[in-house]
Amino acid sequence: MASPEAEVEPTITLPRSSAAEEYTDRWGSIYAAEPESFWWSALRQLRRDKLTLLAFAVLGLIALMAIFAGVISEHILGVNPNATELLATFEGPSREHWLGTDQIGRDQLSRLLYGARISLSIGVLGTAVAISLGVLIGISAGYFGGRVDDAIMWFINTVSSIPTFFLLLIVAALFRLSPASLVLLFGLLGWIGAARIVRGQVFSIKEREYVLAARAMGSTDFRIMLRHILPNVVSILIIVTVRDIGILILSESALSFLGLGVQPPTATWGSMLSKSQQYFRLGPHLVIFPGLLITFTVLSLYLIGDGLRDALDPRLR
Amino acid sequence: MIAYLIRRLLQAIPTLIGITVISFAIMQLAPGDPIQLLTFNPDMTEASRTKLRQQLCLDRPMPEQYLIWVLGDFRGECAMRGLIRGDFGTSFYDKRPVLEMIAERIPATLELSAVALAFGLLIGLPLGVSSAIRRGTWFDNASRFSAVVFDAIPSFWFGLILILIFSTRLGWLPVGGRAPLNVADPSLLDRLRHLAMPALVLGVGWLALFSRYMRAETLEVIGQDYVRTARAKGLTEWQVHVWYTARNALVPIATLLGPAIAGLISGAVVIERIFSWPGLGRLTFDAVVQRDYPIVMASVIVGSVLVIAGNLLSDFLYVIIDPRVRLE
Repeated sequence: MASPEAEVEPTITLPRSSAAEEYTDRWGSIYAAEPESFWWSALRQLRRDKLTLLAFAVLGLIALMAIFAGVISEHILGVNPNATELLATFEGPSREHWLGTDQIGRDQLSRLLYGARISLSIGVLGTAVAISLGVLIGISAGYFGGRVDDAIMWFINTVSSIPTFFLLLIVAALFRLSPASLVLLFGLLGWIGAARIVRGQVFSIKEREYVLAARAMGSTDFRIMLRHILPNVVSILIIVTVRDIGILILSESALSFLGLGVQPPTATWGSMLSKSQQYFRLGPHLVIFPGLLITFTVLSLYLIGDGLRDALDPRLR
Repeated sequence: MIAYLIRRLLQAIPTLIGITVISFAIMQLAPGDPIQLLTFNPDMTEASRTKLRQQLCLDRPMPEQYLIWVLGDFRGECAMRGLIRGDFGTSFYDKRPVLEMIAERIPATLELSAVALAFGLLIGLPLGVSSAIRRGTWFDNASRFSAVVFDAIPSFWFGLILILIFSTRLGWLPVGGRAPLNVADPSLLDRLRHLAMPALVLGVGWLALFSRYMRAETLEVIGQDYVRTARAKGLTEWQVHVWYTARNALVPIATLLGPAIAGLISGAVVIERIFSWPGLGRLTFDAVVQRDYPIVMASVIVGSVLVIAGNLLSDFLYVIIDPRVRLE
């Protein structure tokens, strides 16, 4: 689901760059100005995209709150995320507990902040594993073609025929995973999308003249893949990575909601929701806030992904 | 054409074999002795354990166990007829044939998925077309933005919020289940009331996806010559879009059907749990938690077969709908 679809955007007429179209050197010869670099013009495009900038800001804020969860809990909120208060369960939002308390009287906001650490780290690290595997396997399949490609494609088709969430559920339940092995599992199940995209790109890139030239000059396969092919798939990989982090955060939250992800007492956004279904009447705030946080995080990631696609996809320029 | 269909069918065979291998491997690696799970009885003698082990062929080397599981035991030494003859084993807990238990659950999952898919298609496709026609307007922006939002909402949370509003607060819809438990023959209205929330939750993500794709595909065809010709011969805008634009934009949507089925089956696990929907997803979840291995293995295989069937179906549809697709 992570493939960036070939969506046709309204053609955007870029204003001319402020740089001079041509310049005269000190001997009076006239040269055409160097064309703007790919990354520079992408950045310029991004800076005009207000929605994407807003998404960056929201995500940045959530990330900062996760990083400084300890400081914020202690000094601003003045609560301990694991302190239970049995006389103050299911309290609604108040001055002492900004987002209320849960079924055993723990402060919900500070638990959400600590939960953000786990949820975001699993999302980022799991995607890192998935993308690395995807690049490795996708480049090998695309570059070598033939038997290697056949074998890899058979494997990809087989694994992607199994409903992913079934596999995730089964492995997570049977092996009772730690957060670290959960990251590995997400990586092992998530590389297929990236591998498919990279493989497709490499098929066309490897036919280009500069690859031929590199080979003629005696470059090894490894060098060609690393120096000539990889840089050309980086921009599409960035788009895929951002989207995949969002997808992974959603899967982790669903798995933890079912009670099969990160085990208590460690809080993640999903696991905080897993008991909430029993407390609909007593504590609707326990249902609402964790989900809102997941939605805002994933929404920001998707919007950033869309913004980056508009900025980085050369076909849309 | 026929040759193409047959070739695609044959290509599914290695995939199926791979799926049985993966399913078997996961269960072999899983901790715990199946015999102990199978028999709660701690007083069971070692002799009867050994006998049971022999009956289930669990005393054989692993590759042989796999072959017996798939093909059955030809020598008739143990009571397994093999997957290919429809023997998926017996549930550890219910002591009933697994295939029977799965067959019972499939209609519920199909009902839920079909309604969700129909909901996604019937609203998503027209939405995508009108979005493309009104490109750049507030309508287009709003529908594109809400598509991203519905993609980002965790479906289980969306379900919880709906229950919170429509069942707990307003009391309009039942909390879960497929039909009221105390009624033998539920009316259509009753069944629809039970179906409404789970189908909405399962379908809304697909609505978003379909509208996005449909918008992109419509924009692809909207500048084609035949659309201009249709206008030139005096058709109304509405006729042009229904008969020419939308019809041609629909073709690539056929390829989405396979992934959609995979997604619906995956999504059903969570949705069926929230809404106590008695389907395949719910059965799988319960079996996973109880470590009822035969059911788990069987539902992986059945789920995958449904996905492969969906992929084949969308390939075939694509070829049938679009005469421009050539087959070599």
